[in-house]
Amino acid sequence: MSERLLEIHDLEVIYKTGLETVYAVNKINLSLDKGKTLGLVGETGAGKTTTALAILALLPERTAHVKGEIIFDGQDLLKLKEYELREIRGEKISMIFQDPMTSLNPILTVGSQISEALMLHNDQNRSKEEIEARVEEVLEMVGIPAFRKKDYPHQFSGGMKQRVVIAIALACEPELLIADEPTTALDVTIQAQVLAMMNELRERLQTSMIMITHDLGIVAQTCDDVAVMYAGEIIEYGTAIDVFTGDKHHPYTVGLFGSIPNLEVDSPRLSPIEGLMPDPTDLPQGCKFSPRCPKCMDICREVPPTDYVEGGHRICCHLFNKEGTK
Amino acid sequence: MSALIETKDLKKYFKVSNGYLHAVDGVNIAIDEGKTLGVVGESGCGKSTLGRAVLRLHEPTSGEIYYKGENIMAYDKAKMRELRREMQIIFQDPYSSINPRMSVQEIIAEPLIINKMFKTRAEVFDRVAELMDTVGLAERLSGAYPHELDGGRRQRIGVARALSLNPKFIVCDEPVSALDVSIQAQILNLLMDLQDELGLTYMFITHDLSVVKHISTEIAVMYLGMCIERAPSKELFKNPKHPYTRALLSAIPIPNVEMRNKKIEVIKGEVTSPVNPKPGCRFAPRCPHATEACTAETPEFREISPGHFCACPFAQ
Repeated sequence: MSERLLEIHDLEVIYKTGLETVYAVNKINLSLDKGKTLGLVGETGAGKTTTALAILALLPERTAHVKGEIIFDGQDLLKLKEYELREIRGEKISMIFQDPMTSLNPILTVGSQISEALMLHNDQNRSKEEIEARVEEVLEMVGIPAFRKKDYPHQFSGGMKQRVVIAIALACEPELLIADEPTTALDVTIQAQVLAMMNELRERLQTSMIMITHDLGIVAQTCDDVAVMYAGEIIEYGTAIDVFTGDKHHPYTVGLFGSIPNLEVDSPRLSPIEGLMPDPTDLPQGCKFSPRCPKCMDICREVPPTDYVEGGHRICCHLFNKEGTK
Repeated sequence: MSALIETKDLKKYFKVSNGYLHAVDGVNIAIDEGKTLGVVGESGCGKSTLGRAVLRLHEPTSGEIYYKGENIMAYDKAKMRELRREMQIIFQDPYSSINPRMSVQEIIAEPLIINKMFKTRAEVFDRVAELMDTVGLAERLSGAYPHELDGGRRQRIGVARALSLNPKFIVCDEPVSALDVSIQAQILNLLMDLQDELGLTYMFITHDLSVVKHISTEIAVMYLGMCIERAPSKELFKNPKHPYTRALLSAIPIPNVEMRNKKIEVIKGEVTSPVNPKPGCRFAPRCPHATEACTAETPEFREISPGHFCACPFAQ
């Protein structure tokens, strides 16, 4: 039976500056079981990365106001002190950042960047030699020959750098891995290599993963559960099968699928979503998607919709609630 | 029907410290009027250089470019400038390709003023308003500056600017890769509508195969400066011949859960250096079917079925 690893209740992130208030994440609920992969999909500005950073408590303290609960392994991460968080970051939860070109330190060798994580979380009292051996082991694991540990980031190509970043994230065998657009900066053939490697490692190490991406193809190939985000809210949530093949969908999800050119079907025109994502400093009343929604009703403009639930499949839209109450 | 634009053995080498970088190495393409040629390949394969070399924005090292049957490599500067009215380019990054200190109206008007298309300012701005309407930019934005606009709208400025001189041929260099999917679809639809209305010819450069399938009539696949396969769009997707094309196609993650366990032909290794390349097939070091003959001599780019060209000796 699967165990809950992570549970997020009513998470809210608001960025406050002197000039404006940005509603980045608005009361989202998520859960993730051990060994599973959750896909977080949405466009730029949907709040995907903010959610990930909130889990690791990496948001700037002064401007970001975080509310709600993030329960990881029975502990509420939002209540922990900084030094307690430091124990968790990198050891139990680690993150792969989006851009491999900028997330490595250019003046340290990749080996020393991997060993840094190991030295900081040295519960097993490994000796220096043991740490070096482990560095070599993780490098080999991600497909880089161990002798290259003395090389600097600029000596690696983009795909190889991303492997190094993954090696750092996996060095301490975390329970939860957050991958923020891990392959966006890579070419398709290299992307295929990296994804295949991540899938294999995940199976071997039984790591849970949150995969943040805007590519529905990657979600379909790697994720068990999917959460579609729009303007800081999760508007549809369910298993990959629910979201990709189910017959009921949020109009935004439908629009997202209509926007990608399909390789299997010949369609003369794409059916994009008209308009733009709303400004997070000035979100519309009622449903956030209502100004762009082709199925918008009067109620949508005034009342925020609630979840329509069917098994594990949640859709946050008035369209289905009306039918549900009938 | 004869081709609107055609290249013969087009080469562009860049001099680098340790030799010559073969960015484009003997490419032959032809695009019929009103059609779209999609050029695909991974980063560094020379697709952008090809797009620029065709317009002589990068002066080609050797080769010939025919536009309406005339060799434009023989044109002098003045004649080339005249021709550029008919050949335009839309750049990849809508954030860095427009001047932040000019308003939308000024950006779109600039080519009109430089080419002295109209006598009075009023006529120029009438044309600007017309263009903004064509590409779907609201009139109220005419005084706005680029930083006030999102990526999708900025790319519409790029499209309007390219259209301003009534071109016949437009090179679209990754026009949608910096945009979100829902915005990407809006721009693709716009480009296709414009093609229908104005009879434009496109060379569409992208790394995204699903986009290229959607918009192109013919597709050229590039690898390390060479065109390794060229075929009508449907034929290429149905019947890819070159091992690299096959790997490229199978590497695309398909948004369909039922396809989850499909076998992916993951190709090993990475693109080798384009500086002083060795003779022989450039894909050979990564190719699962490579033999000794592949590294010995450069494979011929031959027609294997009508309209379908491939540079692999094993393709049939």
